[in-house]
Parts: sequence; structure tokens; C-alpha cells
Amino acid sequence: MAPHELRRPFKRPAISDQQRRRDLALIRQTQQRSDSQNRARRLASSLFDLPSHSFPDACQADFPDNVDVGYAIALEQSPELEASSPTVRHLDFVQASKLKGSAARHWFARQLMLTEWMIDVPPNLDRDWYVFARPAGKRCFVVSSNGSTVSRLRNGSVLHHFPSSLPNGARTKEISAPSHVYCILDCIFHEPDQTYYVIDMVCWRGYSLYDCSAEFRFFWLNSKLSETGACNPPSTYHRYRFSVVPIYDCNRIGLHKAYTGGFAFVKDGLLFYNRHAHYQTGNTPLALVWKDELCSQYVLDTDSEGHVPAEQQVVLELQDDGKLTTSDDPPILFGCLEKEIIQKSSFQAGNFLRFSVIDECVRIVDGKLELGDLKFVGKANRARAFADSYSKVFFQYTARHSPLQFQDLIASLDPNLDENSESNDMEMID
Amino acid sequence: MAVEITQVLLNAQSVDASARKYAEESLNQFQDQNLPSFFLALSGELANNDKPVDSRKLAGLILKNTLDAKEQHRKNDLIQRWLSLDMFVKAQVKGCLLQTLSSPVSDARSTASQVIAKVAGIELPHKQWPELISTLLSNIQQQQSHVKQATLETLGYLCEEVSPDFVDQDQVNKILTAVVQGMNASEVNNDVRLSATRALYNALGFAQANFSNDMERDYLMRVVCEATLTPELKIRQAAFECLVAISSSYYDKLGSYMQDIFIITAKAVKEDEEPVALQAIEFWSSICDEEIDILDEYGSDFSADSDTPCFYFIRQALPALVPMLLDTLLKQEEDQDLDEGAWNIAMAGGTCLGLVARTVGDDIVPLVMPFIEENISKPDWRQREAATYAFGSILEGPSPEKLTPTINVALNFMLTALINDPNNHVKDTTAWTVGRIFEFMHGPTVEIPVRTILSVLLQCMKDVPNVAEKACGALYFLARGCEVVGSASPLSPLFADIIQALLSVTHREDAGESRLRTAAYETLNEVVRCATDETTPIVMQLVPVIMVELHRTLEAQKLTSDEREKQNELQGLLCGCLQVIIQKLGSAEPTKYTFLQYTDQMMDLFLRVFACRNATVHEEAMLAIGALAYAAGHNFLKYMQGFYPYLEMGLQNFEEYQVCAITVGVVGDLCRALDDKILPFCDGIMTHLLKDLSSNQLHRSVKPPIFSCFGDIALAIGENFEKYLIYAMPMLQSAAELSTLVAEADDEMIEYTNQLRNGILEAHSGILQGFKNSPKTQLLMPYASNILQFLDSLYNEKDMDDIVMKAAVGVLGDLADTLGANAGPLISQSVSSKDFLEECLASDEHLIKESAQWAKFAVSRAISG
Repeated sequence: MAPHELRRPFKRPAISDQQRRRDLALIRQTQQRSDSQNRARRLASSLFDLPSHSFPDACQADFPDNVDVGYAIALEQSPELEASSPTVRHLDFVQASKLKGSAARHWFARQLMLTEWMIDVPPNLDRDWYVFARPAGKRCFVVSSNGSTVSRLRNGSVLHHFPSSLPNGARTKEISAPSHVYCILDCIFHEPDQTYYVIDMVCWRGYSLYDCSAEFRFFWLNSKLSETGACNPPSTYHRYRFSVVPIYDCNRIGLHKAYTGGFAFVKDGLLFYNRHAHYQTGNTPLALVWKDELCSQYVLDTDSEGHVPAEQQVVLELQDDGKLTTSDDPPILFGCLEKEIIQKSSFQAGNFLRFSVIDECVRIVDGKLELGDLKFVGKANRARAFADSYSKVFFQYTARHSPLQFQDLIASLDPNLDENSESNDMEMID
Repeated sequence: MAVEITQVLLNAQSVDASARKYAEESLNQFQDQNLPSFFLALSGELANNDKPVDSRKLAGLILKNTLDAKEQHRKNDLIQRWLSLDMFVKAQVKGCLLQTLSSPVSDARSTASQVIAKVAGIELPHKQWPELISTLLSNIQQQQSHVKQATLETLGYLCEEVSPDFVDQDQVNKILTAVVQGMNASEVNNDVRLSATRALYNALGFAQANFSNDMERDYLMRVVCEATLTPELKIRQAAFECLVAISSSYYDKLGSYMQDIFIITAKAVKEDEEPVALQAIEFWSSICDEEIDILDEYGSDFSADSDTPCFYFIRQALPALVPMLLDTLLKQEEDQDLDEGAWNIAMAGGTCLGLVARTVGDDIVPLVMPFIEENISKPDWRQREAATYAFGSILEGPSPEKLTPTINVALNFMLTALINDPNNHVKDTTAWTVGRIFEFMHGPTVEIPVRTILSVLLQCMKDVPNVAEKACGALYFLARGCEVVGSASPLSPLFADIIQALLSVTHREDAGESRLRTAAYETLNEVVRCATDETTPIVMQLVPVIMVELHRTLEAQKLTSDEREKQNELQGLLCGCLQVIIQKLGSAEPTKYTFLQYTDQMMDLFLRVFACRNATVHEEAMLAIGALAYAAGHNFLKYMQGFYPYLEMGLQNFEEYQVCAITVGVVGDLCRALDDKILPFCDGIMTHLLKDLSSNQLHRSVKPPIFSCFGDIALAIGENFEKYLIYAMPMLQSAAELSTLVAEADDEMIEYTNQLRNGILEAHSGILQGFKNSPKTQLLMPYASNILQFLDSLYNEKDMDDIVMKAAVGVLGDLADTLGANAGPLISQSVSSKDFLEECLASDEHLIKESAQWAKFAVSRAISG
């Protein structure tokens, strides 16, 4: 039993860097494991048995060849923009938030999920779809990061730059979010009550929701947004109010509520979202818009003066070889411009040109719309970032001739399904 | 054999290596062939007074080693082996041992007493050898001092070896009585008094009941305090050791003795010899430890539950205690900073002062400041050093508000001293104190421009090794403080200079002294960690530099074992540095791709580092590879063939369990990097992981991460995990049962249990999510009810920590998500899906709430549909 050692650490830091390296490695691994878990949890659930082809690759990069210089630099600095994993695209936003001016416009213009216009009623409307009233206003992305909030219109230009109660949306003490935290919301800015109506959630507190089903995104949107105080009335550090839009299952009751119900906002048609669909940039057939005179003031397109022209007008993109195409991917061909005309005019590939449709020339072959000859009207508004989509042209055409009516939507609902869940209502309506 | 055992034992200690080797082999053979005879021969040798002392001592030592081992699994084997030995043989061995206690040869007695304690350690818990303690006690009644002494020593070892649970109170009382009698001033033989005092040190753990009785406690304390005053140095020292042990075991019983103890310790610190004075200071350090712990617990939410109240002994003693400690600071030894093992009264006093500062906080400052002001500019280096050391010691504890006014003045003064003071010892302490300032006061409180501080520290890094090492340490904490500041780091303007200066330090001829090279690399790591967007290009340039250094260590040939050890250490530092760089550059998108160009060469180097250590892999290289794999993603696949053998080696490293644990973590990194491309390696990996789990040799702390790793693998390979289900699920199941059966556990056990639960839950999450969307989901249905039962039992136990709670509610969601309506009825029957889910939804903890919201969503889908 020798004397007991009593030497204490002397003039040494209490923690060795080696232990610190171990600890940091463990923290990194734990964080990454939890990221993987969260990613797995956000993937579409097996609760829904979906054919895989109904998910077109959401990740395809949608870049035109004629990118401008600033944008090309951005690409060079971040080769991952071309890659297609969800995390990678998720990081695009961190990159993109540093872009300025036209490069930023160009980038953001391609990030919104664009609805197709409803030409036919999709099957299983009541089982697989949500319906909600679309607030009238400007569709935009709202991004909160680094203590400020920016909203950008569909063409990428900035609408507002403002403080908000979204995570990291203002430089205040109360909103204590780490600097890398950011949020991306898909909104409609409704002028009359100066409110951003959030119709979809793309990223929340740095977590991407791209690969989540609409069902999950809406669930998350409804549970998260109000937590932040973003739905509160405006204040010094919160210039605009945010609000959610009531979303209904697309059954008889839901459809009626969305169609006839009164809302705080002016309605502009109905939106239909497939509940299993991921957030996909660009046009998607899994999110649809439908309008009629009762639920929208803007069923028929207006010209630049705001009048509904006598003949339907379309905006198409001029290609290198003179072809006139829609904004779809792949583009749909609606006509062709003679080489001589192109040479005489100042048109260049990529220009958006406005044409009048000549009703007599239009044909529907095997369910496909063909416009035939077109009458040139002029160059489209410079602010435009896209040509019209095929579905829009088609919808506008049918709206003028044989519109898809609300009764058609109701009629498409599966009566058996209704009988189980809403038997009383069904009898009343029938 | 019996005849020649003496010679064999002597040969085993021969200077002739071959004779030694032969003797060792024949002893091993003897043990393997006839264990009973082996025990009898050795105990007979030990007991035989006619045999040479060297053979007797070795016989005893071998006996001790055949009864006990460090590794728990081997220890268990040896215990079983002894217990199953023939009764007669055991009785004879024990007889010999007891008989040896009366031997005139003191070495034989002392050896025997240790062996007796080992046997007692095995037998008393099995209620065997009941007569041992009474036999020993009757020995003490004998008049022969040497027998008395040996017996007291035996009782001391016995108390060290046996848990108090296996000795009844009656016997404890008798042991204590015998020991205290031996300590008493009436005992004339100093050897007996010393053995008795040392025995009391070990017996204190048995004296719970006696310390709760006022009279008995008074008596025990009086005997101990008296023993601190004996003329014999060793007895005084042993008595102070007892006081130190009492201070931590019976803190709450000390109130009425503190005044006397202060007088005794103050006298010892002031005038006694160093070994005694050191113990006297240690008494106060130990009281500080107790009060810091108690106050810590007061600070946490459970103040009402705290077992021991704080008696604020330090606060009460403060006016007398602080001057006593300040006096010790002036008793420095020349060059104590150059001696790694140095421990003297000045060092102990300063350390104690630091603990006092942590215990009382602000109150210490006015008591120490006059001492500092008086001495800091004196011509005698001892006074300047003592003043600086006093200041450095009190930086942790008092509030920043209390210290800030002094800090800025002091820092200015010290930066000058670092350059100008002629004495190395003063500079060493000054640099250390500057480091402490940055450690506890970083950020806005320091008014002096970082640029000024840096230029002094960089210059100081060229000083003698011990001073340069402290300067590196100061830079380490300065950098660490800058980490939290954010994007614009004050280090940025001099970043390249800092890196250059640190690299120069690593190349110094004398960098091997005073841990200087290690300090320089560790500081380099910290500087890399706090690089900003602005300075990461400089870190990028560092990559090839460090790789060249590592390459150089691999080229060295024909090293001596000493050189090899140094090379190994340097490789560790370089791999550690690369690991930090990988983590830094690999985590940011803009730097990741440039950095990944180096992956080929880097992997080549790491594999060569592994290759030059035949049997074990290098922990640092392993960690670096994990970080690299995660950054490289799928591209890491091409290195798997070359790396896999070392991965296997790491997974089989039971002895260095840290390495095994780290390798398990790296498997997780690989899973996330490679996704299903890891599949071809999974058979091997799973085999090793399953073996690891079944092994009782592997340290238990590795087991929870192995379960988590199952989850990582399943998430990566999805339904391909199918073939491992029949092995993994039963293991998860039995571990789950074990983890809910923890009754009356201590804090450490509760923590481990929660780690285990977390591992199990992460495994389930990974497996469930891995099978999602697979046609084979049904394979998991048979396990669903067990998993839900596990969740229910966790909820009912009510001792989950937040991490487990989050993981558990996550598993509930995963189960509902993957199994859907099939598991609906099971889920709706479980408590977890109702009360537990509700509780989590109401949690204040953001992460728990988030998981719960998700689980609620999944559960409601599964139940409704």
C-alpha cells in the first residue's frame, strides 16, 4: 500500500485536441445520420401504392443554352448544379442566394413548380387529389435567409425585399436561427390585403421538402408556418402578413367549398394538387389549374392593354430553325416562321412572339390540339420569361368553345367512394 | 517438478534470457498440465521459511496473477477456475498463505497478504472462507509485532479487494477496532502503526455506519488527526491520505472538525516535509472538488433532489485559506517547467487556488489582487512568476464582469513580459495565463487588437520549447474564441502568417521537447477549423504540404523501436490534421470539389500508414478516411477494395476499443457515402459487427454504436438487409429487453442504458425506413409488436433522456410509415401511439416535437387507412 498518487493536471488544457477530434467526428456522424433519417422519412411513403412512372424525374436541370455570363460563372463555381441528387439541388439555393441581378433572375425563374391547365379531368380525382381556391395575385417565391426576406416573381425579378418573422427572415434578436437556416415558400401575393398566401412549402429551416409528397408538404406547411409568427399582422420586423389557404380533399364537399366558399382573398380559379407528387420545377401535370367565370375574373387571357381580344392569342418561343414552340419540356411545335421573315425582322432565337389563332385552322387530332396557320401580332412583353404552355393554349381554346365545366368535375367523382364517406351529401346533390 | 520448483522460480528471474524463457515455459506447462499441484507447489514455496526470498516472492506473485487479471473476461475465467478447484487443495493453499503471515521474512509476509486479499475477493462474495476475518483478528491479539503488522496489511488489502456488501457490520466493527488500535499512540512499533494507518485508508469505505454515529466518528477522527502529528514522516503522510479520503467520502460529516483540520493542514503546509504538505493541500483541493460538484448540481434543475447539501467550507475558510495557498506559490523549483513529472508544493498550491476560485467565484478576486499587484514587477523572478500564476489560476470561476477591468491592464502587461522578461519560468507561466484569458474571456471583453496579440504570440513561438508550447496553447484558445464570432474573423488578415509560423514550429529541431510539436499541430487544427470563406484558399494550399510531410514519414527506413514510436506519433498528428482539413473543406460546396482532387493521393497515404503498423490500424487515419468518404460520396467506391482489409482489422480490434468504435462509425460514413454500392461488402461487415456484439471481450461502450450502424447499413442497402434480419432482430430484441430491466442504476449506468436504447432505436429506424416502398415490407410485420412493446416499456419506465425520446417517437412514425395499414391495429393498441405521442407533441424540445409531428402524421395515416 504505497502512498497514493495525487498529481493533478498542471498548466495543461483540460481537453486534448485528439479527444476533440473524436468528439467532432461523432457529432458529424450523428448529424449526418439524422439527416439521412430525415431524408428517408420525407420520401414518398409506401402507404400509397404509386406507379413509379407517374414521377417524372424531378431533378432534371432545366437550363437553356444561351445562359448569360453571370449565370455561367455561377455554374462554373458550382458544378453540382448539374448533378441531380436532392441534397445537391437543396444546396443550389445556398449558391443561388448569392447570385445577383440577371443571374439571380434567370435562376429563380426556373425554380417554381408550374401548374398545367386542366384540359381533362384526371382519373381518381377524389382519391389522389387536393383542391383549393387560388388567391388572385402574383405568383412568387419567398426566400428568407441571412436576416432578410426576398420575394421573386415567376420571371425571377424581385417583388419585395423586407423583414419577416420567417426563420432568419429579419435581423432581430428574437429570431435566433443559425445563419445557414433559410426557408423557401411558394406564394401568391394578394394586393388588396397585402398578404402573401403560401400555397406550397419548398424548404423549411434549411430542410428541403422537394422530395416530399404534396400531402406531407401541406401537412408541414400547416403545422410550421403559424409557429413562427409569420401569420401575425404586420409590425416593424414583419412587413407583410403570411397566410395559408384552406386545402380540401377533392371530394364533393371539398370541391364545393373551394368553388363556392367565401375567402379572405379574391379567388382566381381552383388549384388541384396530386397528393403523392413531389415538388417539381417547371410544368407538371400533377398540379393543375381550372377556372370558370364564377370563380375567376380572368378566365380568358387578356392582351397587353388588359382587354380580352376577339381572337385567342398565344405566345410562342422562336427556335434557331424558325420553329415556334411552347414552354413545355420537350417543347410542342405549333408553327414555323419562314427564314426570309426572320431575316427581314430583328427576331432572334429565344424571342417570345405573340400570334392570333385562326379558329378555322384549328384542329383536334387524336385528342391533340393543332393550331394550323397563325397570325403574327407582335413581340411579347419583355418581362416574359416563358412562352405559353401547351395546356394553357388548349385550355384557352376550349374555354372559348366548349369549356370544361364544374359539373364535369363533379360528375367525374367516383360515386362509390362518396357513398362510403359522404353518403348524405351525395343524395342531396344527386 | 515439486522438487525443482525453487530452481525454476529462480531461473525465471535469471539475467540469462534463454534460461529465463525456458523457466517461464516450464511454469506455464506446469500450470496447464496440473493446476492443483501448481497451486500447492507455489503456496508451499511461499510458506517455506527455508527457501530463498526471491523464489518465495515470485511464487506469491504468480499466485496473485493466477487469481486476477485486468481484462474483465479473463478475470471472470480465473475466478471460475479457482472456485471449481478441489476443496482440499484450496484449503491447503489458504493454510499456507495464512501461515506465511507469521514468517520472519517481511517480503514473504507482504506477498502473502496480497494473495490472501485476492482469494478473499473471490471467496467472500460466494460466502466461502467465513473464518478468514476472525482468524486474522485473532492474529492481531498476538504479541509479535511482525505478525501484527502483516495482518493489518492483509486487512488493508482485503478492504481494497472486497466490496463492503460482503462483510457484515459486526465484522466491520471488529476490523475497524483492530485497525484503530494499531494506529493508536500507545502502539510503540512504527511499522505496525504505519500498516494500520494505511489499512484504515482502505477500510474507510466500510465505515459508513460508524461515521454516522457521533461517538464512533469523533473517535475515528481523533485517532486520524493524532496520527498526523507523529514524528514518523510516513505515518503522518498516511494519516493525511486518510483525511483526504474522508473529505470525499464523508464530506457531509466534517462540519465540527473543520476548524481543527484547518490548523493541522496549515501547519503541515507551512513547515512539514513536502510529501506531507502536498497531502495537506490535497485535502483542500478535494473539498473544492466536492463543493464544485454539489454547486453544479444546485445549478441544474434538481436542486431539491441533491443528496448532499453544500456546507460552504471553502467560503468560510477563505480569508485564511487564500493567504496560505498564495505563500506556497513562492516555493517554486528551478526548471520545474522542463520536468514532465514534476509536482511540488507551488504547483499543488496554485492548482488548489484555481479550484478555490471555481468554488467561490467573485469573492476570491479581492483576496488575490493585492498579492499580484505587490509581486508582479519585483526583481526576484519567483515573485513575478507567483503573481502571474496566481492571476492565471483565478481566471476560471469569477464572472467576466468582475475580471474584465483587470484583464485588459494585465494582458497589456503580460504581452510585454512575454517578449521582455529575462526568466523562462516567468514567460512560461505568462504565456499559459494569456491562454487562460482567451479560454475564459474571449471575444469582446479583450480590448487589445488581435493583430497585436498575434504578433507577440508568433514571436513567442520561437522561444524555448516550453514557452513556445504555451504560446501555441494561447493561440489555440484565441482561435477558438474567434470561431464563434462569425464570418469576419479577426485572424483572417494574418492567417497565412499564422499557418507558416506553426509549420515552422513543427520543423524545429527541439520540437520533440515539452510536447511542442503536438501543441503546434493541435493549434494548426484549431486555426483550420476557424477558417472563413476568405481564408479557406490558404487551407487548401496546406493540403499538399501536410501530405508531403506524411509521405516523408512513410519513406523512413530501418527505424529503431524508439524512432518507430516517434514516427507513429507524428503520423497520428498528420492524419489528425488532414482529418480536420477534410472536414473543413469537404463540408463547404465551393471548396469540396477542388479539394477532392487530392483524394487518390490521400487514400494512398492513409493505406500506407495502415500498412506500416502490422496488427492495428491507426485511429487518426481511420477518422480521416471516414470524413473523406463522406465528402467523396459514390466516388469512394474505387478505394473500397484497398481499404476493406483495414476496415475489417479495425472492427476486430477488441483491445483498443476506441479504434473499434471509430471503425464502426466509419462504416456509417461509408453507408452514407456509397448507398447501396456498399452491398458487396456488407456480408463481411455484418459478420464482424455481429461477432463484436456477441463478444464479452469488447468494451460495452462500442455496442450502442454498433446497433446504430445496423440502421446505417439498412438505410443504405434497403430491402437487401433482408438476409441479416434473422440475426440482427433477435439481438436488438434481447438488447431491448435488457435495456428496460435496469433497476436501481447509478448515473453512469443510466447514461449507458440510454445510449444503448438510442442505438437500438436508430437500428429500427434505419431498418424500417430501408424497407419502405419495398415489396418485402411484410418481412418486418412479425417484429412490429415487439418494437411497439419496446416503445411502450420505454414510456412506462419514465427515465428516457431527450435523445432517446426523439428517437423513440421517430421509430413509432417509421413503423407506421413503412408498415402502414397492416400495422394499424397494433399501433392503435399501443400506449406509445397515444399518451407517449401526446407527451412528445407537447414537448418544449424542438427536435422531439418535430419528430412527433411527423409520427402523428404517419400514425394517423396508418390507423385511418
